[in-house]
Amino acid sequence: MAGSIQDTFFEECEELLEAMDEGLTAIEGGDQDPEIVNAVFRAVHSIKGGAGAFGMEELVAFAHKFETVFDDVRSNKLQLDPKLIQLLFRASDHLADLVTRARDGGQTDAEHHDVLIKALEEYIDEEEEEIVFEPMGFGGLDMGGLPDLPLPDLDAMAGGMIDTASTTPMETLYKVRFHPLKEMFATGNEPFFLLQALSDLGTMDVTLDDSELPGFDVMDLDENYLAWNIELRSKEPRSAVEAVFEFVEGLCELTIDTEEVEASEVPGDADGDAALSALNDAFGTAPAEDEPVAAPAPLAEVAPEEPKPAPVAEPKPAAAPVKAEENTPPPAKSESRGPKPTLRVELERVDRLINAVGELIINHSMLAQQIANLDAGDVRDVEIELEGFKNLARDIQEGVMAIRAQPVKPLFQRMARIVREASSATGKNCKLVTEGEATEVDKTVIERLSDPLTHILRNAVDHGVEKPEDREAAGKSKMGEIRLSASHRSGSVYIEVRDDGAGVNRPRVKQIAIDKGLIPENAELTDNEIDNLLFLPGFSTAKEISNLSGRGVGMDVVKNAVTSLGGRVNVTSTPGKGSVFSIILPLTLAVMDGMVVSVGGQTMVVPITSIVETMRGNDEMLSNLGADGTLLSIRGSFVPVCDVANALGLKDPFSDHQQPGVFLLVETETGQRCALAVDDIHDQRQVVIKSLDGVCGNIDGVSAATILGDGKIAMILDPESIIAASPAAAFDPDRRMSNASAS
Amino acid sequence: MQAQAELRHAEHSEFVSFTVTGQAFCLQIKQIREIRRWSPVTVLPHAPHDVLGVMNLRGAVIPIYDLSARFGLETTEASERNVVIVVAVQDKPVGLLAESVSEIISINPDDIQETPAVDSRNTMEFIQGIISHDGGMVRIINLEAVISVPEQVF
Amino acid sequence: MKTKVLAIDDSRTIRNLLAATLEEAGFEYHCAVDGREGVDMYTDVDPDVVITDINMPNLDGFGVIEELRGDDFASKVPILVLTTESAPEMKARARGAGATGWITKPFDDDSLIFALKRVTGAAM
Repeated sequence: MAGSIQDTFFEECEELLEAMDEGLTAIEGGDQDPEIVNAVFRAVHSIKGGAGAFGMEELVAFAHKFETVFDDVRSNKLQLDPKLIQLLFRASDHLADLVTRARDGGQTDAEHHDVLIKALEEYIDEEEEEIVFEPMGFGGLDMGGLPDLPLPDLDAMAGGMIDTASTTPMETLYKVRFHPLKEMFATGNEPFFLLQALSDLGTMDVTLDDSELPGFDVMDLDENYLAWNIELRSKEPRSAVEAVFEFVEGLCELTIDTEEVEASEVPGDADGDAALSALNDAFGTAPAEDEPVAAPAPLAEVAPEEPKPAPVAEPKPAAAPVKAEENTPPPAKSESRGPKPTLRVELERVDRLINAVGELIINHSMLAQQIANLDAGDVRDVEIELEGFKNLARDIQEGVMAIRAQPVKPLFQRMARIVREASSATGKNCKLVTEGEATEVDKTVIERLSDPLTHILRNAVDHGVEKPEDREAAGKSKMGEIRLSASHRSGSVYIEVRDDGAGVNRPRVKQIAIDKGLIPENAELTDNEIDNLLFLPGFSTAKEISNLSGRGVGMDVVKNAVTSLGGRVNVTSTPGKGSVFSIILPLTLAVMDGMVVSVGGQTMVVPITSIVETMRGNDEMLSNLGADGTLLSIRGSFVPVCDVANALGLKDPFSDHQQPGVFLLVETETGQRCALAVDDIHDQRQVVIKSLDGVCGNIDGVSAATILGDGKIAMILDPESIIAASPAAAFDPDRRMSNASAS
Repeated sequence: MQAQAELRHAEHSEFVSFTVTGQAFCLQIKQIREIRRWSPVTVLPHAPHDVLGVMNLRGAVIPIYDLSARFGLETTEASERNVVIVVAVQDKPVGLLAESVSEIISINPDDIQETPAVDSRNTMEFIQGIISHDGGMVRIINLEAVISVPEQVF
Repeated sequence: MKTKVLAIDDSRTIRNLLAATLEEAGFEYHCAVDGREGVDMYTDVDPDVVITDINMPNLDGFGVIEELRGDDFASKVPILVLTTESAPEMKARARGAGATGWITKPFDDDSLIFALKRVTGAAM
């Protein structure tokens, strides 16, 4: 239970941090709307509140400082200058780190933490700075005894008091006089409930003092003339007694005198009942009922009809603090500042729906197949209806996929932080401009894009944008600009990172690639090929490790991440003008167009996107190369052949020679071409992707599975990894750059 | 309340017994989601020898294990006569190929004996206990030990 | 009959915490996500006690108290202010508006129930 609430907290934190970032960005952009400042304040405040509930002290302490500063901004005590805004941004980033740390564990940068605390403190008045961590409900009073305060439950009520006789022998007799002032009744406080709570502390005698009650003729209906004298025997400390009256402090006349007495032997039920019934007598109400009861006897004449059992009726306390706009219900203008109404749904439910729709589509193809097999004369009508069925299923599918689609905005917002951090770490001036934030992409894609984008952006700041002085020398503005954009284009999602830096340093990149043995020394590469060397595994070198984009991780990681989403990434660059990294992703992850083939007796699917062309081969097109290499000749050029069945371990590699069959010419991201040899091609259709995560571990050559029209499962092949795993990868006559020099 | 009911239930548990390469095994009835007749599965490339492949269970892709191979016995040549016992391991359905299902037996937990130490690590790991039934021995399978669900890979 | 609580807080975390504690303690729990919604829901829910946050969008806690106190139907309902603001002036302002009492976040279950008990008489 607590765990799931905590999960909610972290989820909420994400949203709050987002809202904060958005707010700060708007403020930075010069938006003066006080509601934006308020929204940011509330976000910090809510994080603090939630963190407090889970005892995340570091988070609370930091949020508190942050909040204190922001509160002063809110009340215009502090002026939002660029310096403060930058500090607030950094504080917001750090707050995000603390949240992450509270969730996932791990270390935050203590030095950074202290620096930020100090910087925030510079804005905080000494006297305000007093961290407030009071136990609930006793803020205003010094209540030392809180933790010991017994909280009677129903049984304890019936028993009159808590049985603690053996541990605390001494009992105190509290003589309490309680006279509510008329103001108290404007606050919804009920003397009866207070006395009832008091009765939980021990055994109690209550006497109603109505001696002040004037004659009916002179009675002020708003005034309260009643008081109660209470004798309470309790082992509880005085603070516990005071705690009962905490909410009415200043709203009543209260005196508490104490006398130490011997513990009464057995505080039995009778005493408790006596105390309660004394109370009930006093009020003419029974505690168990919460429906209105008859107004109390002593005041029956003066009590107007009241919906609640109030001992002293206060129809409209003239002097009560409630005056402001009393009888004028404020106009119910709804401020529709907020976003469109949304519905939070567990992802699992959506995925279930997606599965069901996937089934529907499979079901359709099964039906279509069976009707085609029927041989029942004219089935055109059926086919027309079936076509309608198919269209409906597609509509539903698109609708469901749209539920999973989310705008890239939160992702882009996080990226703004990456650029800020990278800039300050490298001493460069960069700003991130985002475009197409509303572009919607599948949720999984968004999640998995975060790392590659982070990497590209760090790279852009670190290696793309020049130092301020160099920019000036080159006639550019000191501030570098990185433009992050998202758009939908012809069924794909395009994400671009465009910087206005120096562009890829081609001679240097090429030299590094040669030094690392990634390309032969005499390799002749086009400019574009050189640029894309950045994505080669092992390109990133120790020399390249700066604080940021380095860490030994190269852009090949970016490429892998994007490829695993079924996408492509490439870079184009103009010297002196900057570089553009483009990521192109399929619109949805759940459905793809595939070619159904048979391989080693099994039916499998190859993604259409990776197939350049298909062809039937014959012996003349094949030539052997070495012991087990085969090349396919296509219009004069030779392409290595990869026997898919072999690569997947579906047949004994030595059993027979390469059978000329059907070839799928595929091209990898690096431009490497390969002919996948399969037994046969059946058709081309849209398939529903079923993840194999949780079913089996990673399988080389297979990316996922799908269910075919006959209900059978078919593997979806990943040509890239098939090629990587096959001997065909070892030689590559058609490429000028290859891994050959590495061996 | 519910816990109590479960306790009472545990006093006499129902088990489904089945044979795997001639030996009798059983699983608690509540561990079993359904039992299906064998139908050919889709082979997983590079799969270990005790993973037969995957099958379509109402739209879900579930792996099928050959229990016999898993227990270090001979590999089953699956046919129509065999059954697939669908169980849930960590909420994920998994199919187990067995020779045939025998019967439902009711077992008093007191009658479950610890597995005597034998010189086979597999056995010790996969068998939770044994019971004597109809003059023979039935082995209670420790499902979690037999099937470890691969972690989500992202 | 269960004691009905209407909780108004813009933080989902706090709402969940309140729901967990209160439902376990046998209260009937209703909630609103901001002040406006809280006031709008009041008549329908007809709670025995209102718990409200202070810092909220679309009408803050003070506004909630003022509107409820200005409504004949709600002028007597106990209103507990739930807030991390423990500064005395916050409480004074809340009380000035007609709040019955306050609960300082973070709260523990016992303190929360104790506060509710004092204003509703709910025997928990």
